[in-house]
Amino acid sequence: MHATDWLQFALFLGALTLITKPLGLYLLQVLDPAGRTWLDPVLKPLEKLTYKLLGVDPRREQDWKQYTCAMLAFSLAGVVFTYAILRLQGVLPFNPQGLPGLSHHLAFNTAVSFMTNTNWQSYGGESTVSYFSQMVGLTFHNFTSAAAGIGIAAALVRGISNRKTNFQVRSPNAHDGSPNPTNLEVRFTLGNFWADLVRCTYYLLLPICVVFAIFLVSQGMIQNFDPYTKVKTLEGAEQVIAQGPMASQIPIKMLGTNGGGFMNANAAHPFENPTPLSNFFQMLAILAIGSGLTYYLGRMVKNQAHGWAVWAAMMVLFVGAAVTCAHFEAGERVFQLVPETATTEPTSLETRFTLDGNMEGKETRFGTFGSSLFATVTTAASCGAVNAMHDSFTPIGGLVPLFLMQLGEVVIGGVGAGLYGMLVFVVLAVFIAGLMVGRTPEYLGKKIQAKEVKLAMLSLLVLTASILGFTAWACVSDWGVVGLNNAGPHGLSEMLYAYSSTTGNNGSAFAGLTANTPWYNTTLGFAMLIGRFLMIVPVMALAGSFAAKQAAPAGPGTFPVHGATFTILLIGTVLLIGALNFLPALALGPIVEHFLMGKGGLF
Amino acid sequence: MSHKPTPLFDASILVPAIGGAFQKLDPRLMVKNPVMFVTLVGAVLTTVSIFTARTDYGFIIQLSLWLWFTVLFANFAEAVAEGRGKAQADSLRKARKDTMARRLHNSAESSVPASALEKGDLVVCEAGDVIPADGEVIEGIASVDEASITGESAPVIRESGGDRSAVTGGTRVISDRIVVRITSEKGNTFLDRMIAMVEGAKRQKTPNEIALTILLSAMTLIFLLVTITLKPFGIYSGITFSTPVLVALLVCLIPTTIGGLLSAIGISGIDRLIRRNVMATSGRAVEAAGDIDVLLLDKTGTITIGNRMASDFRPANGVTEHQLADAAQLASLADETPEGRSIVVLAKEKFNIRGRELAHPHAIFVPFTAQTRMSGVDLDGRSIRKGAADSMKSHIEGQGGTYPAEVAKAVEAASRAGRTPLIVAEGCKVLGVVELKDVVKGGIKDRFARLRKMGIKTVMITGDNPMTAAAIAAEAGVDDFMAQATPEDKLQRIRAEQAEGHLVAMTGDGTNDAPALAQADVGVAMNTGTQAAREAGNMVDLDSNPTKLIEIVEIGKQLLMTRGSLTTFSIANDIAKYFAIIPAMLMATFPVIAPLNVMGLASPQSAILSAVIFNALIIIALIPLALKGVTYKPMGAAAVLHRNLLVYGLGGVLVPFVGIKAIDVLITTLHLA
Amino acid sequence: MKTLITELRPAILATVVLAAVTCGAYPLLITAIAHTVFKDKAHGSLITGPNGTVIGSALIGQNFTAENHFHPRPSAAGSGYDAASSGGSNLGPTSQKLHDAIRERITAYRTINGLAADAPVPADAVTASASGLDPHISVANAGLQAARVAKVRNLSVEKVKELIAANTERSILGPSVVNVLKVNLDVERVSQPVSPMP
Repeated sequence: MHATDWLQFALFLGALTLITKPLGLYLLQVLDPAGRTWLDPVLKPLEKLTYKLLGVDPRREQDWKQYTCAMLAFSLAGVVFTYAILRLQGVLPFNPQGLPGLSHHLAFNTAVSFMTNTNWQSYGGESTVSYFSQMVGLTFHNFTSAAAGIGIAAALVRGISNRKTNFQVRSPNAHDGSPNPTNLEVRFTLGNFWADLVRCTYYLLLPICVVFAIFLVSQGMIQNFDPYTKVKTLEGAEQVIAQGPMASQIPIKMLGTNGGGFMNANAAHPFENPTPLSNFFQMLAILAIGSGLTYYLGRMVKNQAHGWAVWAAMMVLFVGAAVTCAHFEAGERVFQLVPETATTEPTSLETRFTLDGNMEGKETRFGTFGSSLFATVTTAASCGAVNAMHDSFTPIGGLVPLFLMQLGEVVIGGVGAGLYGMLVFVVLAVFIAGLMVGRTPEYLGKKIQAKEVKLAMLSLLVLTASILGFTAWACVSDWGVVGLNNAGPHGLSEMLYAYSSTTGNNGSAFAGLTANTPWYNTTLGFAMLIGRFLMIVPVMALAGSFAAKQAAPAGPGTFPVHGATFTILLIGTVLLIGALNFLPALALGPIVEHFLMGKGGLF
Repeated sequence: MSHKPTPLFDASILVPAIGGAFQKLDPRLMVKNPVMFVTLVGAVLTTVSIFTARTDYGFIIQLSLWLWFTVLFANFAEAVAEGRGKAQADSLRKARKDTMARRLHNSAESSVPASALEKGDLVVCEAGDVIPADGEVIEGIASVDEASITGESAPVIRESGGDRSAVTGGTRVISDRIVVRITSEKGNTFLDRMIAMVEGAKRQKTPNEIALTILLSAMTLIFLLVTITLKPFGIYSGITFSTPVLVALLVCLIPTTIGGLLSAIGISGIDRLIRRNVMATSGRAVEAAGDIDVLLLDKTGTITIGNRMASDFRPANGVTEHQLADAAQLASLADETPEGRSIVVLAKEKFNIRGRELAHPHAIFVPFTAQTRMSGVDLDGRSIRKGAADSMKSHIEGQGGTYPAEVAKAVEAASRAGRTPLIVAEGCKVLGVVELKDVVKGGIKDRFARLRKMGIKTVMITGDNPMTAAAIAAEAGVDDFMAQATPEDKLQRIRAEQAEGHLVAMTGDGTNDAPALAQADVGVAMNTGTQAAREAGNMVDLDSNPTKLIEIVEIGKQLLMTRGSLTTFSIANDIAKYFAIIPAMLMATFPVIAPLNVMGLASPQSAILSAVIFNALIIIALIPLALKGVTYKPMGAAAVLHRNLLVYGLGGVLVPFVGIKAIDVLITTLHLA
Repeated sequence: MKTLITELRPAILATVVLAAVTCGAYPLLITAIAHTVFKDKAHGSLITGPNGTVIGSALIGQNFTAENHFHPRPSAAGSGYDAASSGGSNLGPTSQKLHDAIRERITAYRTINGLAADAPVPADAVTASASGLDPHISVANAGLQAARVAKVRNLSVEKVKELIAANTERSILGPSVVNVLKVNLDVERVSQPVSPMP
């Protein structure tokens, strides 16, 4: 890493740190139906109108089952909506290229992909989907899946925090005017899904997107409904330049950690990420809300030091990952070229060819550091946008994003998803270490018992089962191996990456894998559904369980969830419980490849 | 019951435990512990593969042997813990040798075996008789030797009515005669339950243990997935992983260390409690003891030594201290209460006034009555009285005397200082004030400071007035106090603390303590207490020592800490095991990964074997820790966490690197691999 | 399950309402603002050539093979610089194919630019970009091509290096890079009336 790289890194970390608190405070208002923002004069009427059209009362709090059901119902409606658009795009407007409808498996995969906030691209942006599909079918989920994710995280935080409104007492007989005090029903509530969805979309995502979109256009991003431009190049060749309403889609792609590119090359495409400055702000946008949510956590549980401790654990992992990735990508002797006539050790010729880092699959304007940092950011969060081709990274450079996804994307993480994923680890860390202080483990005063441990472990188990199970299936199946772009250990990495990315709802890829086949589209689709919903349902049950618990007041005997010791403990738990499971698979993929590459092994 | 600490490794326990380890291989028992059950299945699979393998017999045979050892070592740990409990149970059982009971039926006495007694039967016990079952004295008073239960040789008094009416089966009447109503069901006496508890026969998993078992089972399931999917990954990579090698990886990764020691930790926790003469009715209560953050302590007997002692004479104006002391001593000569005697002693110590003959021909002693609320003596025309300030004031003013202002001041000052003022008067003249003082037990302040460090709030309960209570509270260093507390107040206080989320422990002995004992999260009944109190609490302290509560809390905490520490250790071990096994598994196909073999293990086979051997031996090595519990020091949670994370977290990462390397060197030297 | 069904009504309505806002009003607003403030950029930063026709986009790389032009990076987009099919090679570090391709490109690069057989070659010159449409090359890469372009164009190397400097984009957030299309346009401009070679 050069001095300028360190400078960029420092600027990035500094900027991220600076926006965490203001965003957290803003989230506090957004996630409270009675909250106030300076946008109220403009958006309040729209918000009220929306509730009226939906027929919901934003103040009516839901218990965990109702909240989850609302979220599931909304996801179901959304996936059908997008599936229909993708299938019918041939007859829908804004299709200047006359692109046909998608195949059923590709439409299924893509609809699921966006609904689950994964944004895995089995399709190639400019060559497969119309402007209408992009703008309506996909952008819709970019907003709403992000808002839903934030809602789930907020619901969990509400469950953990000791809110006064955590429970509602009501009499089931109240409607017939004869409340029966002996038959009261106590519900432990977590907020209202519809209010969270609407408020996050209107007050948080949309305003930032408007400003961000204009900025991106100023950097050179396109925003039009033109047909693709045909030009005659300087040397007289013909070039067709893809166009489209891109600037409205990209801000939410980043801010909502969606990552589905407008173009096939995603954020590597010069239109989609024109300058180093646009690159910087896109990275910042990916981590912004996730970072702010840790501040929100601290505020809600009235223990800001805890919020910062969680944030610190995330940042330590993040810095470690980014530096590792950048180090290996910037390596001077990345490729060791074997001379054609070589019969002996290949190392003898390595100095003949000096490379300033691994530039295969990277853009010159970002360099190896801008690409490595982006790769770390996009997989630390569940974004999945890429400004470089991860498939062409060095083995360890590529292991970093793969590993971050396998951790469950808890390093800042996807909007909402990162926080609730991290809180699952917090629960486990507090449980194991909490015993060590000689008390029934308590998280912020709420006891962690069999039920909570069960739910937390369930979500981890599901993650592991999906990633390892599907990869194992693919790597011994013809349909799996035939899609590989690279042979040898790198091929295993391609498959492992695909299922890690989809299960983690990331969406980035070792893109050499030809995933647009019925088998891949279907299995990857299921991995995405498992990764999203089999994670959310246990998390919501956890939230419900916490909400029903009475918090013990803190004292000197209380397990401390702040400070350096806790941060180290949390990092240790994430690495030991979250990552050890993937070590054997990683050993056969990138790790073996790393050593083979050092010896000039080729496949 | 023996109170000598049983040595950790006593041959009389170890030898049967070896047999027990094999008996516990029964799959029906093993399946209750998922981690060890998976290990057992692995051992069976590996053993089977000895017969299907074509090469590497020596390796596979050794591997399967060590896998069997892993299971056996875990069973052994449990058997040792149970054995230690059984040793206690046996000594208890001796007390239960079937005695004959003298049953009263319609005032006719008949001799029946103790085991035939029903709840509600009446039995007679006289000097020399063993009380046949738990019961309540309904008639008479007797001294009872409870050494068989408590180990305490001094006999205790048991009498009908009041708070000392409960008797325990197996104890012996030394003097007098009592009639006892049997209160326990057949086969469910206190002794029976105690035996069942220490033997671990009826041991039920406690809430934290269940939660931990879920964590360990889920981790086992995850690692099972990891190992199974490695097979197809191997197929893709052109490596055939053999079953024994996969089993070795699996067993090393699943948390066998904690899985193998979990039940031993639980059993020995209860065992440690019993060694301190505390009987818990459930393991759940022991665990709850660790969570306690509020202790309600009765002042008398717990914080103070129980009796107030005269400490000062404060004469009225115009009276010398000597005169006051003399009069006070005279008034107390016939007062046999500890307070009265302490006045006599103080006068003697201060002014060398010798206690005069009680048999003074003209002395008429006036005893204390509830109506007059004073006592004294009429002697040679002198009428000396002592009593509480308000009653003495009305007495003197009733006789036309005046109650001096300085005396009233002294009374108030004494009360404020937590002392009990007694007014001494001769005729209608007030001589002065004798101050009685509560004596706080030595060292109690340090104990409370320790509790505070552990995050436990102490609340003193007393019937004293608030001023007195505050002074004693300050002297003893409790965090809070409840003055003029009735049993109902206690119950209210417990409910209030619980409503705020606190977990409350208390001790009690009286029948009127029963509701509070039942309400408390940990209610420790004194063995000298009533049957009702003993039924209501979830622990009984056989020594009837209220301070024991502190030790109980420490034991509870130690139990949880041991579990947490060994779990952390077990999980942290995985890192080193990965570094031993993964390179070994891939070395044959990809020799380039040699740098990953950071420990420099001799060969793939020695590496795998070393990891498995380490994994087995660490269980044996940690049995003493599991039985004794991790060292407990009263510190704040943050400090404890810091320390244990370093010892068991960091230690857990580093120790196996050293251990596996050492074993590798050893087995290579011995040419075992 | 019952709750799930009762929540379906608001779910469907929310889909419609939120789609109208986020997929209707919002992109139209952005389009309107973009076209008012940054019309040129919103349409792709298109560049009009000397003869008045659109010859490309300042942001999209195009292929140059003639010796009198600066050459861009190898491209894996379609058959090379296909701006309707962006993408990289996705070949990994142990790929025989990639290894062979790079070795060939190194040889070719050294040959065409008259470099010694063991001269270091800038990485970007022999590796495919992520998008396949990378409009830039590194300053070092441009520098190594300068002599060749100058020679063919009959320009002084200094003049060509001046043009490189004029078309170098600098940022503290990334490496300095040279826009190939723009520098080639400048080279053409100063070396007129020599017409572009076929």
